[in-house]
Amino acid sequence: MTAEVQTPYELTVNGRPRLVEDALPTESLLFVLRERLGLPGSKNACEQGECGSCSVLVDGVLVCACLELAGATVGCEITTVEGLGKAASNGNGESDPLDLPDMLSDVQRAMVEAGGVQCGFCTPGFVVAIHDLLARNPAPGPLAVREALAGNLCRCTGYGRILAAIQSVVDARTDDARTDDARTDDATTDDGRAVDVRVDGSRTS
Amino acid sequence: MTVLTPQRLDGALAALAEDPSLSVVAGGTDLMVDVNAGRRRPRALLSLRHVGELRTWRRAGDQLVIGAGVTYAHLLDPRLAALAPALAQAARTVGSPQIRNTGTIGGNLATASPAGDTLPVLAALDAVVDLASAEGRRAVRLDDFVTGPKANALQPGELIVAVRIPVIAGPQEYLKIGVRNAMVIAVASCALVVDWSHRQLGCAFGSVGPRAMRDRRAESWLASEIDWHARRARSTTVAERFGRWMSETVSPIDDHRATAAYRREATAVLARRAVERVLA
Repeated sequence: MTAEVQTPYELTVNGRPRLVEDALPTESLLFVLRERLGLPGSKNACEQGECGSCSVLVDGVLVCACLELAGATVGCEITTVEGLGKAASNGNGESDPLDLPDMLSDVQRAMVEAGGVQCGFCTPGFVVAIHDLLARNPAPGPLAVREALAGNLCRCTGYGRILAAIQSVVDARTDDARTDDARTDDATTDDGRAVDVRVDGSRTS
Repeated sequence: MTVLTPQRLDGALAALAEDPSLSVVAGGTDLMVDVNAGRRRPRALLSLRHVGELRTWRRAGDQLVIGAGVTYAHLLDPRLAALAPALAQAARTVGSPQIRNTGTIGGNLATASPAGDTLPVLAALDAVVDLASAEGRRAVRLDDFVTGPKANALQPGELIVAVRIPVIAGPQEYLKIGVRNAMVIAVASCALVVDWSHRQLGCAFGSVGPRAMRDRRAESWLASEIDWHARRARSTTVAERFGRWMSETVSPIDDHRATAAYRREATAVLARRAVERVLA
């Protein structure tokens, strides 16, 4: 028995059922989120999985929404940047931009406070990717952070302040949890210069 | 609007038998790029996302059977990486976490790009590709499966079900050159697999020919230059000479990523480095 996805179809976005009334079969999840469901948080830039600005979670897995066939995500739990704020965790669905900054997640607030946002276009993708990283690895070392964010491009900040934002979240969460500050590797942070990280974990600058 | 989302392989095969023109999408990291750019306009799609049996792997004796839907991220699972180290190394060089979470080994085979990162590893391991259609199943050697750049032996109505590789005791390496270490398509790559018990090795190169390139004569020569008891090269020049040999064997082209001359030089360097590492 093969299921056939017909319009209208239903996606589960940020815990809520969302009806996609009209769509072409080839539409990406990114297009459907932005153009069909009015969720413009996920940004559309390269449309080829290179930039990460459309990063979302599908069944808890970090992916580029531009490369997901929307119809194939029926039945999956889709989380967008709109679903990461406190409003979402309170069960109210997406946060309302007008309620900022109270609704920001700790990652979002750290990005603002550390100056990790300049033009802001890459920011939603970074926020989703950082949430994903810290959910899997609460105290990532600098190399682990760089590898985890290798698929998110920022042309403004030079990354240094984004890395600083992540560190402040790690520190705050670690203080909250009163756990040991165990790092997964011991390389030192630098000033945000691009650093080549080899597959074997060594590095060259 | 037609997007088919079967839960089971037999459902997928039945759908494909009924309409062999369906565009098959696994991870989508290749197909959706073309769709988004308007280069391909599929009328109807068959998504393999929900076919759970394709997304598993198992060990069967001295064979590793990896489902076509296993993602690059899944290849990094320590249990799987321990059995196929070079495959894990190759998987780690693919794209970004987002791409590795999505792209599949079956998709790498289906796309059959000369730069496909798992393909040199599969070539070096003499992998066998398991195909299925509603009519039945067949197994095809990787050599016969990838027929040229972006060309493969899939017949209408067929799907890649799994790829089989031997579990080998010995060191493995995958090395890749690109403009950066993440999010990069290989300019040249090299997979080297050593089998201590059978005193054999396999070595294949990516992005330096129409498909993964091997030279079995060069491999035999290299094997003859190894002191298998000490697990060392017999002389200090072996790695260098193997590299030079392979740089003449491969058939690279000039393209927007690199020149053929650079790729030959890269082949020599990667081959030497891989030999030095496995015999270190």
